[in-house]
Amino acid sequence: MPLLSVTDLRTYFHTRSGVYRAVDGVSFSLERGETLGIVGESGSGKSVTCYSIMGLIPTPPGRIESGTAVFDGVDLLHCTPTQSRAIRGKRVAMIFQDPMTSLNPYMRISDQLMEPLLIHENLSKPAARQRALAALESVGINDPDKRINLYPHEFSGGMRQRVMIAMALITKPELLIADEPTTALDVTVQAQILELIKKMQRELGMAVIFITHDLGVVSGLCDRVQVMYAGRIVESADTRTLFHSPRHPYTRALQRSIPALQPKGTELYTISGMPPDLSKPLPGCGFSARCEHATDLCRATTPALATISPTHAQSCLRVQAGDIL
Amino acid sequence: MPSPALSPAPPPILELRDVRTHFPISSGFLFKRHVGTVKAVDGVTLSVARGEVLGLVGESGCGKSTLARTILQLVPTTGGTVVLSGQNLTTSNTADILTARRDLQMVFQDPYASLNPRMTVFDTLAEPLLVHGVCSPADINTRVATLMRTVGLAPRFMQKYPHEFSGGQRQRIAIARALALEPKVIIADEPVSALDVSIQAQILNLLAQLVRKMNLSLVFIAHDLSVVKHISDRIAVMYLGKIVELGRAADVIERPRHPYTRALVSAIPTPDPDIERTRQRIVLPGDPPSPINPPSGCSFHPRCPYAREICKATVPPLAPFETDRDVACLRTEEISDL
Repeated sequence: MPLLSVTDLRTYFHTRSGVYRAVDGVSFSLERGETLGIVGESGSGKSVTCYSIMGLIPTPPGRIESGTAVFDGVDLLHCTPTQSRAIRGKRVAMIFQDPMTSLNPYMRISDQLMEPLLIHENLSKPAARQRALAALESVGINDPDKRINLYPHEFSGGMRQRVMIAMALITKPELLIADEPTTALDVTVQAQILELIKKMQRELGMAVIFITHDLGVVSGLCDRVQVMYAGRIVESADTRTLFHSPRHPYTRALQRSIPALQPKGTELYTISGMPPDLSKPLPGCGFSARCEHATDLCRATTPALATISPTHAQSCLRVQAGDIL
Repeated sequence: MPSPALSPAPPPILELRDVRTHFPISSGFLFKRHVGTVKAVDGVTLSVARGEVLGLVGESGCGKSTLARTILQLVPTTGGTVVLSGQNLTTSNTADILTARRDLQMVFQDPYASLNPRMTVFDTLAEPLLVHGVCSPADINTRVATLMRTVGLAPRFMQKYPHEFSGGQRQRIAIARALALEPKVIIADEPVSALDVSIQAQILNLLAQLVRKMNLSLVFIAHDLSVVKHISDRIAVMYLGKIVELGRAADVIERPRHPYTRALVSAIPTPDPDIERTRQRIVLPGDPPSPINPPSGCSFHPRCPYAREICKATVPPLAPFETDRDVACLRTEEISDL
């Protein structure tokens, strides 16, 4: 049985200017200890998917219209608040993009680190403090007994992200959701944080969902990758297959537009147009308006993910029909 | 001075000699005391030839944006000279600098912040033309329409406001504004960092095409090395206000010589899982130090895997190494085979 299994998740935002279908029928599952990358451009629904699983969608305007997210037998979207409190922050933890805004500026690091232990594990304060010190040490913060009493503003960006990782992992979760945890950091610091996440994953044996827009970050870290576009998953495969033989036109276009993969100075491939307006009904494939292979059928039929091999699925109708490679 | 091999044959259009930009830090409420200095740019010597793209890379806080602002004289220089086609901007008066800016324009990182939300595209693009009096009011419509077509925008959007455009289109408007005065040099400060990958490619193609067509010189600042390598002829790597390595773009990225460049290059994740799984990554310890109290000697020594005692004491000069390369490291020779 997979650790997490999400089925037909739909999260819509009901605003004055219309209903935005941020996540529109997403299904995936995750095994214990597996690392899943979710890639997509801004507005593709990758963060909203994870926020929905964690119950962090502001309601209203957001609403989870349908779907289930079963974590170890409990449907996180339809369970009681007591059940969800026992899981969130304990067995499923999350780290965010901007460590500046996701740590509480009024609380000492010590209090923020100890909070989950006091709530979830009923530890005594001195015992929790010991665990907090050990957690800081394990994420590579020197002098933890001095630094633990500081406030978040006294740390640099990379250090804050380390503190946040320590905080998320202090209850030894089975699943860590990382929402662009290195986007706000410099490359040398990003390298440190990625190494740290890998190390902690090995030590704790946890599963990781890694959300990013950077295909480079995914390639070294993830076992499996799924690509999202306009609120839907368009392709899902093990990392090697996705990078070496992507099938969906969007994935292929994305790959051709990255300078790192192209000979220097050549004209980059560009995807014409813009992502669709999610407040308008999207009858066909979300990518059809920008796709060079699109036909009338693509604009009219909502495609579903179809498996190519046991580890590879994609949603392009024309690829499924064998019209294009 | 750059090595003879590095300086391009025609006289450079833009030349920086030992440019320094320091900011004083004062403290106290009524009686301000001078408590320190941020050496944001500390002795940069560079030249850019006509039609050349110079990439400037470095992490946040290394002074690359301050250097851009110094070139445009948007911040006062503490020392050194900025020479634009023979004119020394650091000693020029305000009126002369204003005239010089016709040849020297800037594109900023965030097209959401750099365009005035209350001005239509027409107003935004017409403003520089009118301020500098390069276009008669009668011709202004045609001129603005031409500019919009140059950057790939339809002139029928002339009367729209910035909020009606996407990020990529806004960056096109910002580029059109920079091009309005037909400058010789454009300084682009992280012009694609705020954009999604598919939009980033469009803007990179546009910039490369403009450089070719208009024989523009471009100083391209970014932290994404693969983007910089793609567009640049030469790359300068900055660390804590100084240039630590300078050379041909492909050379710097493929065979970095300075220990910092090596770490920087190895830190970029490659979008290829096979390479990514096998390669050795140099993970630098710690964060970049503060430019208020830079380390003694080579400012990279506390994080450098090759540092020796001598590195703590001596500031390494930017010295020529191999062909077309300048490296500021005392041990370049010894570590070149490692």
